[in-house]
Amino acid sequence: MMRLIVDGREIDVPPEYTLLQACEAAGAEIPRFCFHERLSIAGNCRMCLVEVVGIPKPQASCAMAVKDLPPNKDGSPKKVNTRTPMVKKAREGVMEFLLINHPLDCPICDQGGECDLQDQAMAYGVDASRYAENKRAVEDKYIGPLVKTIMTRCIHCTRCIRFSTEVAGVPELGAIGRGEDMEITTYLEHAMTSELQGNVVDLCPVGALTSKPYAFSARPWELTKTQSIDVMDALGSAIRIDTRGREVMRILPRVNDDVNEEWISDKTRHVVDGLRTQRLDQPYVRDQGRLRPASWAEAFAAIVAKVKATEPQRIGAIAGDLCAAEEMYALKDLLTRLGSANIDARQDGAAFDPSWGRATYLFNATIAGIDRADALLIIGSNPRREAAVLNARIRKRWRAGHFPIALIGEKCDLTYPYDYLGGGAETLAGIGKSRFAEAVRRAERPIVLLGAGAVTRDDGAAVAALAARTAIELGAVKHGWNGFSVLHHAASRVAALDLGLVPGAGGKTAAQMAAGAVDVLFLLAADEIDVKPGPFVIYIGTHGDRGAHRADVILPGAAYPEKSGLYVNTEGRVQLANRAGFPPGDAREDWAILRALSERLGARLPYDSLAALRERLFTAHPPLMRLGEVVPGDIEDIGKLAKRGGDPRRDVLKSPIDDFYLTNPIARASAVMAECSALAQAAARTAAE
Amino acid sequence: MSVRRLAPPELQPKSFAFTAENLAWAKQQLAKYPPGRQQSAIIPLLWRAQQQAGGWLPEPAIRYVADFLGVAHIRALEVATFYTMFNLQPVGRFHVQLCGTTPCRLRGADELERVCRARIGAPGAVTHDGKFSWVEVECLGACVNAPMVQINEDYYEDLTAESFGRILDELAAGRKVKPGPQIDRQLSAPVGGPTTLKEKA
Repeated sequence: MMRLIVDGREIDVPPEYTLLQACEAAGAEIPRFCFHERLSIAGNCRMCLVEVVGIPKPQASCAMAVKDLPPNKDGSPKKVNTRTPMVKKAREGVMEFLLINHPLDCPICDQGGECDLQDQAMAYGVDASRYAENKRAVEDKYIGPLVKTIMTRCIHCTRCIRFSTEVAGVPELGAIGRGEDMEITTYLEHAMTSELQGNVVDLCPVGALTSKPYAFSARPWELTKTQSIDVMDALGSAIRIDTRGREVMRILPRVNDDVNEEWISDKTRHVVDGLRTQRLDQPYVRDQGRLRPASWAEAFAAIVAKVKATEPQRIGAIAGDLCAAEEMYALKDLLTRLGSANIDARQDGAAFDPSWGRATYLFNATIAGIDRADALLIIGSNPRREAAVLNARIRKRWRAGHFPIALIGEKCDLTYPYDYLGGGAETLAGIGKSRFAEAVRRAERPIVLLGAGAVTRDDGAAVAALAARTAIELGAVKHGWNGFSVLHHAASRVAALDLGLVPGAGGKTAAQMAAGAVDVLFLLAADEIDVKPGPFVIYIGTHGDRGAHRADVILPGAAYPEKSGLYVNTEGRVQLANRAGFPPGDAREDWAILRALSERLGARLPYDSLAALRERLFTAHPPLMRLGEVVPGDIEDIGKLAKRGGDPRRDVLKSPIDDFYLTNPIARASAVMAECSALAQAAARTAAE
Repeated sequence: MSVRRLAPPELQPKSFAFTAENLAWAKQQLAKYPPGRQQSAIIPLLWRAQQQAGGWLPEPAIRYVADFLGVAHIRALEVATFYTMFNLQPVGRFHVQLCGTTPCRLRGADELERVCRARIGAPGAVTHDGKFSWVEVECLGACVNAPMVQINEDYYEDLTAESFGRILDELAAGRKVKPGPQIDRQLSAPVGGPTTLKEKA
């Protein structure tokens, strides 16, 4: 520790701290543009100048380490001043230089109201310009469908370049030219290809990079901000939903170091327009082959008639990928009361089973645990597509060094290098002899990442058992460290498995039900499964997507920003998503639909409010009460899973996601996602040629 | 300095690749750097690519060098646009870099500039026969022999409008011109012979 005196306050800081960190630790506020905690240090905006007593010139505090300060002759602690007139004058000088070429277009700038430059100009700006020469004007660049550029506003902080190079791992942005003529662009204005590119908009301290889909649509002070949880993948990234009136205007990340740090994927951020289009806003009933608008009473009557005429064993339900725990609990409750055990939440046919124990389907190492891990084996997964933010976390760990990574499955560009071991399960079975296995055995905390897609095959249970056996053999499962980690891609999946949404005794699986093993089938926002002709399908959901097209009765539900719900992410973290708006038209929250329907079906669910439902849910499943926490599984379960054995086939363990941008009904309704998808497909085709 | 852009697509060649000789040379350059630091060779490689392409850097060459070093294309573009000695636009067979910094100005660079404008045209433009182009550059470090120009690799010093014009004539006619001082002076020694240390020690 080194002692400093910051603004007269003595403080001890670690020697590797920068002056900026030390000043912040002492409670001083340091203005900055280029410095960012999660990016490398550039030191080029000069806004963070402080005075170090003994050094004649002001110092850029972000780029000066405490240990590099020349010691005082008498050995007394160095004095750092952040509020002296010298510091203020220096920062005012920097601000004046920054503003020389910055246009005065705040009234038409989307960053207005949440602009670092605007805010800091209030403290360090001068009221008039002394600059009489011509101002610089810069051509705007096309860098993709998500990021709009107004390059005259750029102050050359290079945060976007550092983000795309370091965090996203797709070094596409760069600065061409030099000095005053430096310009941020991609190579020949190609569109960026990163799934995390939207984050550069948040990073940009001025209005040079703004959100293209959100351009000119709202001002920050008109928006109501709701803290919530993302459902586009199974990470449960912390998000902030900004609404104006009843419309969701945009989605931004919140800081949650345990899950998403402060990044979110483009799907999370830009799916917003999908919440407005293709919405189901009233019930529909199929009449002579065509869906016609109906009242709730009509729709319910049609369902009641059908259900009453069907034997309980011929009734079934499938829960979708975006469902909250509450409605899945209510759905299971309803089916149980109707006397049916045909319920399943595993639309993709993943072999996970709650009876194996919770640890067998969780990301046991935890997302933050990746930072501590020292080896990684990826099995049948493409984390970049299944959980882009998690992939950035792996990349971050890889950048820190000494992190061997190997992949079994489909070859793909993960933004970091890895050993490609092979495609199929036989590689996994024979991994013990590979060079990588030796590296893993030397590691203390290896992670075996099993993609949920690898177990969606009919031999999925055998693949899971083999993966568990491999994890144990490689020493990834031991006292104090459980590195057997399942990466799910559906937000609802872990909660569904926790709640036991799998077929009961004699029950039928999702695939069997879809193939026609039942006569009445409830689809709770289940759109990723193809239901064959035959069953009478009741679709409860939000979008006119695959499920609704197949449905005989449609009951309009609420999308994730329109309801309060519990989600359990892939590591088993229980999180509460808050309601930011209301469902459109006659649509209702899904649990309430099930509650109303249950009364008509003569199987009344005993809860009249969400609070009462949660009370029963928590009584039945106490771990779900522990909000924000990871409820770990029992490490012994991995051993039991490994012993189950089985003989998996040799074909390639594939990731289930072909198109990152179109994985759920909301994303498929979004024009922005469609454009991103088309660009990504075109880029993939060019790369293949 | 002004914004520098790549040449328009119609001037760009379809592709670029090092000749066998340059390729061997480039591999030799790479060996100078420790493993994982090969991208440090980007400036010499771009320079060689510029020489091979006839004094300017076409876009495919920038891409080629980036791919050769395994870095993102934008990284090579950053370097190529940063350094003004990488010509992004086509240049003439003889590319004149006229020093316009103070000592040369005081010694008559204005006259040389007039010659350039009269003989070649506007800065950056290439003559119709493709033989000449010129730009004004900052100090080339031969102030003692001001005014001077650099034509391709060679310095021509102690110029006047006449001697500079003669050099251009000779080059246009395809004849060799002696580089260096164009008056009776040895390198940068005093004009008319030594003024000190004349006695034998």
